[in-house]
Amino acid sequence: MDALFQALLLQSGYNAALVAVGATFLGIAAGSVGTFMFLRKRALVSDAVAHATLPGVGLAFIIMVLLGGDGRNLAGLLIGSALSSLLGLFLIEWIVRRTRLYEDSAIGAVLSVFFGFGIVLLTVIQTMSAGRQAGLQSFLLGSTAGMLFVDAVIIAVGGVVALGLIFLLRRPMTVVAFDADFAASSGLNVRRTDLLMMGLVMAVTVIGLKLVGLILIVALLIIPPVTGRFWTERTDRLMLIAGGTGGLAGYVGASLSAAYPALPTGPVIVLLCFGMFAVSLLLAPQRGVLAALLRRRRFQIRVHYRQGLLALARGEPIYDRLTISVLKKDGLIRADGVATEAGRAQAAKALRDETRWDIARQIHQDEALSARYDGLTQIEDVLTLDEIAEIDRRIGPPVGVPA
Amino acid sequence: MSSEFVQLSLTPLLIGIFAAIACALPGNFLVLRRQALIGDAISHVVLPGIVVSFLVTRSVSTWPMMVGAACAALLAVGLIELIRRLGRIEPGAAMGVVFTSMFAGGVLLLEQSDTSTVHLDVEHALYGNLESLIWFAADDWHSLLDWKALSALPPELFRIAIVAVLITLFIIILWRPLKISTFDEGFANAIGMRTQLLGFALVVATAIAAVAAFDAVGAIIVIAMFICPPAAARLMTNRLETQIFWSVFFATASAVVGYVAAGYGPLWLGADNAVSAAGMIATVSGLILAAACCFGPHRTRTSAPLASGDQ
Repeated sequence: MDALFQALLLQSGYNAALVAVGATFLGIAAGSVGTFMFLRKRALVSDAVAHATLPGVGLAFIIMVLLGGDGRNLAGLLIGSALSSLLGLFLIEWIVRRTRLYEDSAIGAVLSVFFGFGIVLLTVIQTMSAGRQAGLQSFLLGSTAGMLFVDAVIIAVGGVVALGLIFLLRRPMTVVAFDADFAASSGLNVRRTDLLMMGLVMAVTVIGLKLVGLILIVALLIIPPVTGRFWTERTDRLMLIAGGTGGLAGYVGASLSAAYPALPTGPVIVLLCFGMFAVSLLLAPQRGVLAALLRRRRFQIRVHYRQGLLALARGEPIYDRLTISVLKKDGLIRADGVATEAGRAQAAKALRDETRWDIARQIHQDEALSARYDGLTQIEDVLTLDEIAEIDRRIGPPVGVPA
Repeated sequence: MSSEFVQLSLTPLLIGIFAAIACALPGNFLVLRRQALIGDAISHVVLPGIVVSFLVTRSVSTWPMMVGAACAALLAVGLIELIRRLGRIEPGAAMGVVFTSMFAGGVLLLEQSDTSTVHLDVEHALYGNLESLIWFAADDWHSLLDWKALSALPPELFRIAIVAVLITLFIIILWRPLKISTFDEGFANAIGMRTQLLGFALVVATAIAAVAAFDAVGAIIVIAMFICPPAAARLMTNRLETQIFWSVFFATASAVVGYVAAGYGPLWLGADNAVSAAGMIATVSGLILAAACCFGPHRTRTSAPLASGDQ
């Protein structure tokens, strides 16, 4: 536990601290860019972007070795991965634009073919220089173990730069993500903004390769916005929550894996994200599962209350358990099921309201009013007192419910 | 030469072909229904399923693992549906949440548990080990008639062959409902088809194909075969029947050409070692799709065949 606190306070070594900071920035950047992709309903394009980096990594390694350099130079590998994911993006766009295949097929095709080709290149590398290939596999699942100082700096700086770019471009990207037609009609270049968005996704992916790995980086782009979506209906807040979720997961995840080196960084970060998502799914105030269940229960009780009162007014026996307990709780019936004074009064009112509704729906046959009749809405909420008085004049004086 | 081929290459080649066909068949419908990425999601969640069933049974026996993988696939599909409905989240994003999280869980479990004694790791899960499925007992082509040698065939071959047959039967039996509900779900509903059930059955078939193929060849071929051959076939024709045949042809071609290119290509080029067959098969299927995108007679949206040199 101490090790974890040390790591959380950035005290477990300079590299670990730098990695934790880098992971935080990366998480924030990924969460915010992911928000745009999520709103644009193109979340899974980032999966293809991520998988398409693999052949670039492989080719960059091979080229650097052939040129006599060190194949593991992170900057070189990242440039390679950026180029190949760019090619992948271009191909997706080309397939969707030029053929009749849907975007999901294009995504899946690019993803699997690039990844497959990347695997071929990895086996080539394995055979071509047996000792030196170590490290490339770590791009699949990410690893902070044995990360060089330079690598940590690249990740941290990359995260900050990506974050700055997102901040600068947030207005046009929000507009395009939210309503592309509106953006186009107000003079924004939608295509260019989309490209910028994808460029940022690519940047985040490439920076996150070493840390989270190319299979799981997509989680950092998707889960935080989905988590945020449970808490808010506003784009700017969604971005903040998504960025916060991603940043927190990155920070805690990197610290955890610094404290317990056996825990792989990428999966830990992703599972932390998922934990926050699961909590949101259950507990969010409007869209959460718990809130939905409560809403359903409240509605159920209102229906039973109303139907119970009408049954009392018509002198029908009540058998339904829930109805009985609802009425009993409000003191409207006694334990033996006979209506109390208050119960009879309420029941008379309910029945009278029902009659009023009938008349009201005859008078106002327009849709708007009739549509509001659901057996639960109070007539006082819909009609004015004058109108109710007019209806009452037609149906005569109130009638009591016999005891 | 021939004995070497039978011993080393015949079974991997057959397994590759069966796996490719088993995946490409349901893939046709997935591509048309815009559910192509279901295959992607399922093949990711197979890993946690296998790991959990290994931790429960403590052995690397095939059937428990396949059951575990199938359960994981169904759990994932259920979760995706749940998140989509409860949170009103678009399906792509819901899918992204579920499969990445489950995959991460699988990797974490794998790293934490002691699997050093058994052959179970992430790389294996991703790109399988097609090359190792060799037929030791075979001498040459005559072994095909030798019962003793035949019984020593890798069990993966029988499993994937059975699954390929089952998938074929599934599609033949449900051909009409599948076809109608894929092209016009509203009409299918109107004439009383249980389209939801049908969709679920398709996903189950997909999961079975994915799990069986995964067992033999790894996740990456599975994803490629779900999408690339059917997508390429889609660009060749407007008739579903013809499309299915094209997709089977493309899948078989990818498996054969990819396997041969991986096993013998580097040798012809003067290198000493073969490259990953799984990766190569996926690459070849991509090249086929690329060719179809450029030259397929029905590649454009208007679906009228283009005059040559047009566009």
